[in-house]
Amino acid sequence: MGNDIKQREGAVMILGGGITGIQAALDMTDLGYYVYLVEKAPAVGGVMAQLDKTFPTNDCSI
Amino acid sequence: MVTNADFLALEGNPGNFTAKLNIRPRYIDADACTACGLCTQYCPKHHSDPYNEGLSITRPIHIDYAQAVPATYYIDPSTCMYIQHDTCQICVPVCQSHAINFNQKPELRDLKVGAVILSPGFGKIAPEVLEKFSYGKHPDVVTAYEYERMTTSSGPFLGEIKCFSDGRHPKSMAFIQCVGSRDLGCDNGYCSSVCCMYAIKEALVTKEHDPEVDITIYYMDIRTQGRDFDAARERAEAIGIKFVRAKVADVTPWENHLKLTYSTLDGQHKFDSHDMVVLSVGLESPKDAKGISNTTGIELNNYDFCKTETFTPLQTSEKGIVVAGAFQGPKDIPESATQASGAAALASIILKTQRGKGTESKEYPDELSITDDDEVRIGVFVCHCGINISSVVDCPDVAEDSGKMKNVTYFTEQLYSCSQDSQEQIKQTIKDQKLNRVVIAACSPRTHEPLFQETLKDAGLNRNLFEMVNIRDHCSWVHANEPEAATDKSKDLVRMAVSKAAHIQPLPEQTVPVTPKALVLGGGVAGMTVALTLAEQGFESVLVEKSSTIGGNLKKLKNTLAGDTVASYLKTLTAKVNKSAKIDVVTDAALAQTAGFIGNFNSIIESGKGQEKKEQTFDHGVIVVATGGHEHRPDLYELGKSKKVVTQQELETNLAGRAKGRAPNSIVMIQCAGSRGEDLNYCSKVCCNHAIKNILKIKEINPDSQIIVLYRDMRTYGFAEDSYLEARKKGVIFIPYEVDRRPVVTSQGTNVQVDFFDSIMQEEVSMTPDLVTLSVGIVPDGTAELSKMLKLPTTANGFFLEAHVKLRPVEAAVGGVYICGLAHAPKPVEETIAQAQAAAAKAAIPLVKGVVTVDPIVSSVEQDNCIGCGICTSLCPYGAIIMEKVDKKRKARTISASCKACGICASRCPTFAISMGGFTNEQLISQIEAFGNKVVYEKVEA
Repeated sequence: MGNDIKQREGAVMILGGGITGIQAALDMTDLGYYVYLVEKAPAVGGVMAQLDKTFPTNDCSI
Repeated sequence: MVTNADFLALEGNPGNFTAKLNIRPRYIDADACTACGLCTQYCPKHHSDPYNEGLSITRPIHIDYAQAVPATYYIDPSTCMYIQHDTCQICVPVCQSHAINFNQKPELRDLKVGAVILSPGFGKIAPEVLEKFSYGKHPDVVTAYEYERMTTSSGPFLGEIKCFSDGRHPKSMAFIQCVGSRDLGCDNGYCSSVCCMYAIKEALVTKEHDPEVDITIYYMDIRTQGRDFDAARERAEAIGIKFVRAKVADVTPWENHLKLTYSTLDGQHKFDSHDMVVLSVGLESPKDAKGISNTTGIELNNYDFCKTETFTPLQTSEKGIVVAGAFQGPKDIPESATQASGAAALASIILKTQRGKGTESKEYPDELSITDDDEVRIGVFVCHCGINISSVVDCPDVAEDSGKMKNVTYFTEQLYSCSQDSQEQIKQTIKDQKLNRVVIAACSPRTHEPLFQETLKDAGLNRNLFEMVNIRDHCSWVHANEPEAATDKSKDLVRMAVSKAAHIQPLPEQTVPVTPKALVLGGGVAGMTVALTLAEQGFESVLVEKSSTIGGNLKKLKNTLAGDTVASYLKTLTAKVNKSAKIDVVTDAALAQTAGFIGNFNSIIESGKGQEKKEQTFDHGVIVVATGGHEHRPDLYELGKSKKVVTQQELETNLAGRAKGRAPNSIVMIQCAGSRGEDLNYCSKVCCNHAIKNILKIKEINPDSQIIVLYRDMRTYGFAEDSYLEARKKGVIFIPYEVDRRPVVTSQGTNVQVDFFDSIMQEEVSMTPDLVTLSVGIVPDGTAELSKMLKLPTTANGFFLEAHVKLRPVEAAVGGVYICGLAHAPKPVEETIAQAQAAAAKAAIPLVKGVVTVDPIVSSVEQDNCIGCGICTSLCPYGAIIMEKVDKKRKARTISASCKACGICASRCPTFAISMGGFTNEQLISQIEAFGNKVVYEKVEA
């Protein structure tokens, strides 16, 4: 996807690649649309990627 | 995926936007980088690591963490010696795949998009706000983010918790809540809604590390309002974590400790010393919120979060732009993931006419047919992963060893099996050598199996004719200091894979067609929103309502906390539902029977009363459960016995009904009446807001009304905190009570008396107010029966349980069934709407696809061996195995579309009649046999 410069119909831009953006991107792809997931950092993942465990089950975050 | 990108501008209209981006250079060619990490080892410059909150150092050329996506390194230009000073470039010759490219320039790119979803997340509280807690002045005061990295076992200290001042392990720790939230000092009046949860989590994790450590959480209210969240707090209390209701004024260094000054509810000032202080910092609006607002035109609220309305929680002020996540208001992960799906549904509606036009499907060559008579020809590819594997494991030896095995007709080594040229080499070899099984010994199948399976498909082989061996993680990484043993283990693993590979068979990709229709159970706001959101995406649904009209609980509500009128919204919503040609509304109705599986359900709906009673049968592809809940009426506090005791819902009705314009002069409200340990064991999330809403209404009608609220924790999370503040400013008195000292209500004649302990004045109080209002909880509507019918698990409190709280918040474990609204958990209307929209997005996915693709590794039953005992059916958590009559005998059969390939059935079948695709007993046994014994070297012996 990264180097795609073709202009497409049926595309959506998702601004921010944290857990919300990633989930939205997956759903939009599944719903039949082309997704540009735009993230300012070098990798997606956002704050959740920094977390160790998650509340309340203490499951691993990554 | 466009990373390292700045969003510059947005032009155009919904359906036809142009977004302008500036893509900053990584200085590393993403296609060539194999993430081997050699460059970081050689880079001579230090760089504070923002991923670890500055607690560690990395190098300008690095990757944030091993699992980062894209798994491409990058160079931070701010500290790179070459970019800053035109020297160094050590990394360039070090990189064996020639991926480093300092000639990369920033690239301006225009994207044509039809819709925009804003999910920029949240920002951090400014360090100045933290100064009064000695943050930045004393090293043992850390933010919760920093502490999170410290406790992480893969973090900079490998999970060791220590004071930065002298490296000692803290024996006494304090968490300070509401730092930068509920704080007018920094203009953040709102509650950040997540800090109580993460503080409890971090405290629990700390106790896991060191059970002896003494932990105190200083708080104003513990807002664990989510479903089952209170249980975590109780767990924390049970293991000795202390909760102190107090406001911390400041933190000052004191010898080698930190002194906290705090004031408790009864007005006392106290001091306590701790080794370490963790600040539970709030979520602020994202740093670029104003920029996003300027470029897109969306409005922000008074805290610079995206402005939305109660009934359209994901819609920004601009058409074609929707919002999700913490930018819409501080929220946790499940809530964010739910909103993400909801936003996808809204974007899908905007782009409906363009669906499928931007995506391409790849074409594959015809699959080679393979029969048992064909000679087994296995090709083994051993990857060096640069030097990642080969610096420890003797790759040539491993490859040659595999060549001695039976059925192996080809073996080779590759520098990077995953690289583009290696992929081509594999494809060509499959053709040239007529390979019909492929074994690749490289890294983790978790990351690379799909890639290699794709390569097989490109070469005309079924993707299941593939085995992957992880000789990196399992050998070169974990046995880095024992190269010989690592090599031996690699040989063992490869031998086992080859042995199994000889028995693997192609598995067909199965697809099942989907009936493009939804069954929506429940005609409240959740069900109606689902049906409408599906209709607007182009899908039909049957909306089943048990009462005679749709509308649900909204029919009883008058206005929202934000001041919107419910009636007008409900009128518009029901009109839309009734008018929609795609929604079939069935009232006085209930689901009588349902059969089938995702894509192909068949249900019988009973509807009507008396003579009108009838049964209708519907075929549908998905089911959305939105059966709702209702107000719980506890047999406590004289409710139902005294006319002067009412619930919040009754009070709301009274304030809008005949008594409009009149409000009692004195009211006592009791929060958590019947909840959190009385009849109901949980928090119902909405009651605090409901109380505040009614209070503000009363104050509007009768400003002199004297109102006392007896509460445990006021849970006006998010922006509702503003209303709580407003109520206090209007003279309402809030008095907390302890669970073992609940208020007592008695009635005599027309009088009602409330006795309670005033924890502020520290005295017993007795009052005879004009009215007592109880904030009672919410209970789900009839989930027990539906739970049995649909095989849906519920929580201990009878709410439907989702498949995964964070990853699949609106999907049930059973395929094709989705959950939203009060049936899932108590929640306010705006969360219900967002969740319903999310359920509509998830439910639309199979309907859009038209077919359900079944992963070929599902279970299958050899019916000749099946004795019909039914153990598998009773154990299957997904309802994917049914019993059927075959020639008058009971036999099990797998519904492939519902099977999740967990393997429980196969492991429990007493006659071994069930096998898992790709993991048959024969395959696994041959793999186990190959371990240790050298039977597979028959070729040499022969």
